[in-house]
Amino acid sequence: MPDLQLDVNGKNYQVTDIEADTPLLWVLRDHVGLVGTKFGCGGGYCGACTVHLDGKPVRSCSVPASSAVSMKITTIEGIASNDDVLHPLQEAWIEHDVPQCGYCQAGQIMSAAALLRDNSNPSDEDIDTAMSGNICRCATYIRIRRAIRTAATKISGNTLKTGGNV
Amino acid sequence: MNNNIVNNIIDEMEQTTESPFEMRVIDRRTFLKLTGISGSGLVLGISLKNSMSSAFATTGNEFTANEYVRIATDGKIYVYSINPEIGQGIKTSVPMIIAEELDANWEDVIVEQAPINENIYGRQSAGGSNSLTSAWDKVRIAGASARSMLIATAADEWGVPAAECRTESSHVYHDGTSRQASYAKLSVNAANQPVPDKDSLVLKKRSEFKLLGQRISGVENMQVVTGKPLFGIDTVVPNMRFAAYEKCPATGGSVKDANLDEIKSLPGVIDAFVLKGNNEPTELMPGVAIIANSTWAAFSAKKKLKVVWDESNATKASWSEATINARDIAKKSKGEDLINLGDVDKKFTEASKTVEAFYEYPFLPHAPLEPQNCTAWVHDGKAEIWAPTQRPARGVSAVSKLLGIAEENILLHQLRCGGGFGRRLMNDYMCEAAAISEQAGVPVKLQWTREDDMAHDFYRVGGFHSMKGALDKNGTLTAFHDHFITFMGSNKKPVASGELRKGEFPSDVLTDTRFTQSMMPLRVPTGPWRSPRANGIAFAVQGFMDEMSTAAGRDHMEFLLEILGEPRWLEQGNDGALNTGRAARVIKLAAEKAGWGKPLPEGRGLGLSFYFSHRGHFAEVADVSVDANKKLTVHKVTVAGDVGPIINLSGAENQCQGAVLDGLSTALGLQLSIENGRIQETNFHQYPILRINKAPDVAVHFIESDFKPTGLGEPALPPAAPAICNAIYAASGIRVRELPLSKSGITV
Repeated sequence: MPDLQLDVNGKNYQVTDIEADTPLLWVLRDHVGLVGTKFGCGGGYCGACTVHLDGKPVRSCSVPASSAVSMKITTIEGIASNDDVLHPLQEAWIEHDVPQCGYCQAGQIMSAAALLRDNSNPSDEDIDTAMSGNICRCATYIRIRRAIRTAATKISGNTLKTGGNV
Repeated sequence: MNNNIVNNIIDEMEQTTESPFEMRVIDRRTFLKLTGISGSGLVLGISLKNSMSSAFATTGNEFTANEYVRIATDGKIYVYSINPEIGQGIKTSVPMIIAEELDANWEDVIVEQAPINENIYGRQSAGGSNSLTSAWDKVRIAGASARSMLIATAADEWGVPAAECRTESSHVYHDGTSRQASYAKLSVNAANQPVPDKDSLVLKKRSEFKLLGQRISGVENMQVVTGKPLFGIDTVVPNMRFAAYEKCPATGGSVKDANLDEIKSLPGVIDAFVLKGNNEPTELMPGVAIIANSTWAAFSAKKKLKVVWDESNATKASWSEATINARDIAKKSKGEDLINLGDVDKKFTEASKTVEAFYEYPFLPHAPLEPQNCTAWVHDGKAEIWAPTQRPARGVSAVSKLLGIAEENILLHQLRCGGGFGRRLMNDYMCEAAAISEQAGVPVKLQWTREDDMAHDFYRVGGFHSMKGALDKNGTLTAFHDHFITFMGSNKKPVASGELRKGEFPSDVLTDTRFTQSMMPLRVPTGPWRSPRANGIAFAVQGFMDEMSTAAGRDHMEFLLEILGEPRWLEQGNDGALNTGRAARVIKLAAEKAGWGKPLPEGRGLGLSFYFSHRGHFAEVADVSVDANKKLTVHKVTVAGDVGPIINLSGAENQCQGAVLDGLSTALGLQLSIENGRIQETNFHQYPILRINKAPDVAVHFIESDFKPTGLGEPALPPAAPAICNAIYAASGIRVRELPLSKSGITV
């Protein structure tokens, strides 16, 4: 049973004594103790477990943790630039009161964050394409679209003001 | 309403959800005694029985006004939410009502989950869209009572009449002497005030509402979007182990043999054992429990588990056989009378036109996104449980019965539910976790897989309606007969949520109506699924109504309004009874907002449907296109609803949009196949829940009437499927009589 070194949200975690094939999802939840990443289906169908590996969205239920060694793992707990602020998407989610049960929303935000990183001004079609791997059983899709548009506006506004990257 | 209802119309929903309205505000003395809190907020005694230790533990001079409100000297106003939060927004909406009557600044309010104690709060559940209705009067009184005590405290200190004081934004003011005091400051002495007689309280008029009707973001949204521990599945307790549980895929099977030794030798596995259970699907069915040192180790071992099931007592149910049998029954029989009003046969004889059709809808799982889970620690004759549940107290009594532990020795922590939709009204997973913990002798978190969740549910029961309608020469509906073919449980009555009710539309408004029933035996667990009964019946009956208006060559809105007749409340004062005036207003509003009657291009159509359920009057218009290849595009759904005054506009709109899209999702392609007692669909690749790329805009319009506010988790769902199906007919001439739409070759 191997030990793993993982970089999660910029912190190093030594994970010991796990099965070699343990998905990243369960290492995050049961071993690292970050439970924002959710278990929904275990098959990569629902997107509730979405995290970023080196900035790319993946379904953490279907990625062995061992394959994430030496990659930068970002979860919902680390999506904001630091602990004292929210990511513009998190702000927009609250502003638009997107959640109903809320269970899928961490995964939704992680997928949306990857979209906005690549495309700061997405069309509704771009949004639908990027977000169609994430199920919301409460069907908050209309607000998810709106919140992503709001966040995109904020991000491009910030970019203009600061000239920096997001 | 009618006297011909046979006695076997069961009332399962009434049994499985809250009683409609229970006036229950206990006096403060009783409350403080029950909770062990002294007048000034000091905890005198903590008793497990009342589960009050954590939520009500206070120090210093805090003001515990009643079972809903506690004001701390730092100005924080704690409001207790008594119902489970399952996504319906109750943890935000009910505290808003309290804050309104208290005149609290919403920024000062901290909402906490109340302990589960039905001696104090009455029923604490989430089901039937009942929570808001049952809370309205009692929580207004709770807020107003606390406010009155704060005013009295200020008036005493200032030596002015209480009647001259006013409140605003967590402060009491006496304008005559230009004095003001914060609730925080007044909280020190407020507990010394007598609790006002509730008849002396003056509740706000609607015109005085400041908070109610606004858009308020959910009180736990910050935790949701930052991924903080919140849901049942996020529970971690010291020394916790991880459990999985395998049951027979056909309900009723028991364990004959299992490779327990092999399982126990697997890495990370601590133990594996058989539980015999009590053969109650709502409690504990037989199975094999695996205890491991991580969720993944438990899941991996479960995949290697080989169980030989004894299926001699297991269900052999088959949906494909049921669909054949139901058609056969419809041809050969008329069923037994449930409702028989007027003279239906005479009206059919006299009719200038009759229409017949057979409608069918399938079994469905609830599929909440958070798979069932529960954490339990059973030891020394006591149990502590952490559960996402819609009906916590029933879970406690089930565990008590199962394990022989007195209810006062069971402490249940209510956690947020990652979806409910009726599934978590049953507490089978709670019983399993408790039984596993007892046997294992350690705290365990039981985690179901998605496959477990699909295979072991209390499904929305499928159903069949063989309907016949009569039109006179003016195209007026003169008679209606629905032969409902449903399933029978072991008590010889319809299975849960598979029954008709008195007052079934249109028997409540049409003189000559007949509902008959036939039953086929079934041994698959069923239960309430969002808008129980209505979610299937509305599709069939409201779709058929569109067939009738089409056959009559009449406008469907005019046809519906004619059936409803003059504006009247069918049972004055009973908000569970149809009000035809409210119905007509929402139908007209939905039609107006959707542009009903406007010219549309070839291949495009509007469909209108109305349904009254769960105290809510809702009309919906779907705008769709269907191309030559039967490809459906839903452009928009327009919703008009009347549930009285809106509490939280944001939450209310969200519920309606979600309900309509849930209805659309279900209609498009969701169904369960059941063969040899086994559910064939295992995960979301075989159960294609609606995704964002197929989600149309849903415009929501409320008629904020002056009736008492009622709940919104359910009533916007039933009209969605028939509105879409009626629109498909208008666009393409294809009449959908079976759900899902994929069975008619319609795709999106």
